[in-house]
Amino acid sequence: MARALLLLVLMALPLALPAQELQSLLQAHAEEVADPSRSSVDTVLDPLVESGLPAVATFLARWQDREVVRNTGDGLFYYAGGTEGGTVTLLDIATGEAAGEAPADAVEEIRPNGGVRREIAGALVAFQLSDPDIRARRAALAEIARSPDESQIEPLLDSLAGEEDDAIRAEKARLVDILRARFGDDTETRVAAIEGMAGDMSTTVRGALSQILATSAYIDTAEPTGNVARLLRPGTDMTMDEAYARLVNAGLAPPRISPEQVRAALIANIADGSVGGEPVSALSSDAARIRAYEALAAQGLAEPFVTEEELQAAVAAHVFAEVHDEDDPAVTDAARAVLTGIERKVGVNQAADLALDAISLASIYFLAAIGLAITFGVMGVINMAHGEFIMMGAYTGYLVQTVIPDYTLSLIVAVPLAFVVGAAAGIAMERLVIRHLYKRPLETLLATFGVSIALQQLAKVIFGTQARPLTSPAWLNGQLAFNEIVAISYIRVAIFVLALIFFGLLLFILRRTRLGLEVRAVTQNPGMAGSMGIDPGRINMLTFALGSGIAGIAGVAIGLYAQVTSEMGANYIVQSFMTVVVGGVGNIWGTLAGAGLIGVLQKGIEWLNPSNTLAAQTYMILFIILFIQVRPRGIVALKGRAAEA
Amino acid sequence: MSDAVLAPPRRRALPGSTLVFLALLAALVIAVTLLASAGLVSVSMVKLLGRTLCLCLAAIAMDVVWGYTGILSLGHMAFFGLGGYAIGMWLMWARTEVIVAASLASAPIPPTPAEVEAAIGTQIFGVVGTSDIPLVWAFAHSLPLQLALVVLVPGLLALVFGWLAFRSRVTGVYLSILTQAMTLALSLYLFQNDSGLRGNNGLSGLQNIPGFEAAGQAAVSLAFFWGSALALGLGYVLLAWVVSGKMGSVLRAIRDDEARVRFLGYHVESFKLFVFTLTAVVTGIAGALYYPQAGIINPAEIAPIASIYLAVWVAIGGRGRLYGAVIGAALVSLMSSWFTGGLVPDLDLGIYTLVWTDWWLVLLGLSFVAVTLLAPKGIGGLVDLWTDRRAPDRTGDYGPDKGSLRREEGIAREAGE
Repeated sequence: MARALLLLVLMALPLALPAQELQSLLQAHAEEVADPSRSSVDTVLDPLVESGLPAVATFLARWQDREVVRNTGDGLFYYAGGTEGGTVTLLDIATGEAAGEAPADAVEEIRPNGGVRREIAGALVAFQLSDPDIRARRAALAEIARSPDESQIEPLLDSLAGEEDDAIRAEKARLVDILRARFGDDTETRVAAIEGMAGDMSTTVRGALSQILATSAYIDTAEPTGNVARLLRPGTDMTMDEAYARLVNAGLAPPRISPEQVRAALIANIADGSVGGEPVSALSSDAARIRAYEALAAQGLAEPFVTEEELQAAVAAHVFAEVHDEDDPAVTDAARAVLTGIERKVGVNQAADLALDAISLASIYFLAAIGLAITFGVMGVINMAHGEFIMMGAYTGYLVQTVIPDYTLSLIVAVPLAFVVGAAAGIAMERLVIRHLYKRPLETLLATFGVSIALQQLAKVIFGTQARPLTSPAWLNGQLAFNEIVAISYIRVAIFVLALIFFGLLLFILRRTRLGLEVRAVTQNPGMAGSMGIDPGRINMLTFALGSGIAGIAGVAIGLYAQVTSEMGANYIVQSFMTVVVGGVGNIWGTLAGAGLIGVLQKGIEWLNPSNTLAAQTYMILFIILFIQVRPRGIVALKGRAAEA
Repeated sequence: MSDAVLAPPRRRALPGSTLVFLALLAALVIAVTLLASAGLVSVSMVKLLGRTLCLCLAAIAMDVVWGYTGILSLGHMAFFGLGGYAIGMWLMWARTEVIVAASLASAPIPPTPAEVEAAIGTQIFGVVGTSDIPLVWAFAHSLPLQLALVVLVPGLLALVFGWLAFRSRVTGVYLSILTQAMTLALSLYLFQNDSGLRGNNGLSGLQNIPGFEAAGQAAVSLAFFWGSALALGLGYVLLAWVVSGKMGSVLRAIRDDEARVRFLGYHVESFKLFVFTLTAVVTGIAGALYYPQAGIINPAEIAPIASIYLAVWVAIGGRGRLYGAVIGAALVSLMSSWFTGGLVPDLDLGIYTLVWTDWWLVLLGLSFVAVTLLAPKGIGGLVDLWTDRRAPDRTGDYGPDKGSLRREEGIAREAGE
């Protein structure tokens, strides 16, 4: 004992001052700490919270969890460590490190009762709510939202004034409203709190309101009392069978006999090759089985069937209703009104979010299709390898990233390089293949398809089948959030901006430059353009280089948000063709319209049937097939002679 | 000059070539039968040959619609797959029914029809997490009805799609893209679990023919080989008849100048619709014969790439001649299974070893480009070297309008338009 004391003294010597303070604070109210009661615990809690010591939060949490002990030897408080051979390791309350040992019978466990623990929890929340660390405050708020309690209102209100962070202050005010709405003393307070939540789209508010509106099923022979949400009339609000099933669940009626039960009862009662007067071999029809079962029931060997009359009578004798758990109708009415308003607002915002998604998808389609639209429009050539040019651009981005580790810099290098790679591939294909197949568009389609399978397989051989990552720089991570519902990731914003840039750039090139003039001339009439001194071959090559280069850049953009695989081009090629064909060939505005239509359509169908993106694509393609019936030349159709070319 | 234009075009699908083809096909059937009964050809080889004959049948249908009529359909394998699904549903149902009946026979009391149906439902659709039998399986219990569906489903789809497409004058590459969209939509639809056709699991166990379990796979595969050969022979005769005579002339004219044929008073849309639907039905029958030999069908078989390969076979074999399509389909599909099966020794180039399972597709793609560029007549063009050996070389100028007459597919118009 003497040795232990000496050890304790030795251990206590180097203790830091704050720990002394916490220990001395506790010692000042040693009786209230050791044997707390609900009325006396405040006298300890108040000075603890006011002291603002960093160790207080841990102490409160552990006190609440019954981990604090008092060593009767020295009267000090410790956390209990492991017990070994009748000796308890004592941990210092300030540092949590081993501070000595004591025999188990000298250690007195402190066991605060339920009421005290709630008080401690309240103090703990108050402590955390004004914690200088913003993460601790957020955690405390999340904890309150998870298990709301009346005692949390006061500490929340207290901490509200001193809160510096706007978002957390708003969250605190919201929680005060939620808590008041549920635990407020009188109807006026609660209704006022509920109305204070109007227009708030956060999930906590919606959850709290739904909780106030929660109902439970009511089945009885008497009319329901209390705050009735609605009466359920069998036959109109629910089927008779559902009503009877509810009665069975509530134990108010005997269950109906299922075919499986009939079968089991028949099997159990087979005797001498027959059951209930029917031979076993005849039991292959429902009618025979029912006859046999009724015979068994008449003999008392099975439960009788519930007849239709019994069912009707049982249902008619009972009243079905949904009754609010909340007794005050004024509160539920206010909650319903506010929740309806919030849900309407949520709907509007979801539509806005969907529109953002649609625009983002449309800009991806636009990027993927615009190169195709140029080559298809100007040269009348279908380039099935366009998707593989996209893939080449994406792999270029990946290769650049393996060489240049800085993601921002590698992106800056990759974009022009992808253009060069795409353009070079385009020129090579134009010179070697397409040039020889003008006037034979169907054969161009097939020859470029041959190039497409060769390139795709080549990429598979070189890079393998697994997806390669194209990591976006840190400033493109995260999302642009307008409120709880409307948000869009920065990568998608970047793709949208990129699509806008290309749209503007191409519009400028085609409308304002010499090259654009020549391209438009060749589009309309190659022969006439040639006789005016334009070299159609050269224009074709330049156009093809431009379209293919843009495909390369689109590859980098698509690779940033999807993965880079050898098949990524093939995934976009049909959609790109759809975009071009729907929009109208040879027209940048048309491609924009096509991409917009397809993006909006796909997102819209996904919204109607959110679980099934495959179905969305199926219906979209069907729509496009039908759309082509109405406007065979697309939304923006060329007019006049150019249309006949 | 006008005599040359008005003279009846030299027919490519002469009865002579048809007879030669039929004789060669018969010789192949006899040879395979003899070798198989002698044990010199394995069961899997017989199945491979039988499947190849089905692909040849699909290819000649594709040749009629593309090589003769000029409609580059990139969706014909959708009809092939639909035919396979139609027969596969019966095969799977009937076989499951046998299994279920066997397992329920040991129950203490005999099953009711509803119980049998529920057990079949659980057995077939358990894999997609349901036991309800979808509406599309309503006829699956009956072989005659499903056989009718083999013809009706592809036929009706082609009829509706073709009517919509042709009446709005969708032609050329637009039509190709549209047919590609059709097959993509169909395969995406079938990939869903709630399409009722087992989603991406597809239908399996189709090689087990109900009622012929005792016969053994050797006999069954040989029977299917004969069936495929018979279908190819009949299909060849039917399609050769369609593309011969006046009908064939109109079809080739539509290919060469659709507007001019329309101005001459022919109802172009009806001709195209007839050809499109007829070839869809033939392709559907080919699929119905193919998949029992393959054993499994899933939506990936209908993906757009399959239809493009069909076009590749026809192009390599030679468009505008039925035997060309057969040569292309047989050669390329057999070479594909040869190369991708790892049977070809790797080529050691010193610095790099060419593994053919990896490089075969590259070779196919590039050779396809080469054929399109350098030999638009395909392999079948080699036959011309023999038949044209004594013909005078008088190609070229037929009059003021050089673009008007093309005797065969693949000869580009020099100028005009």
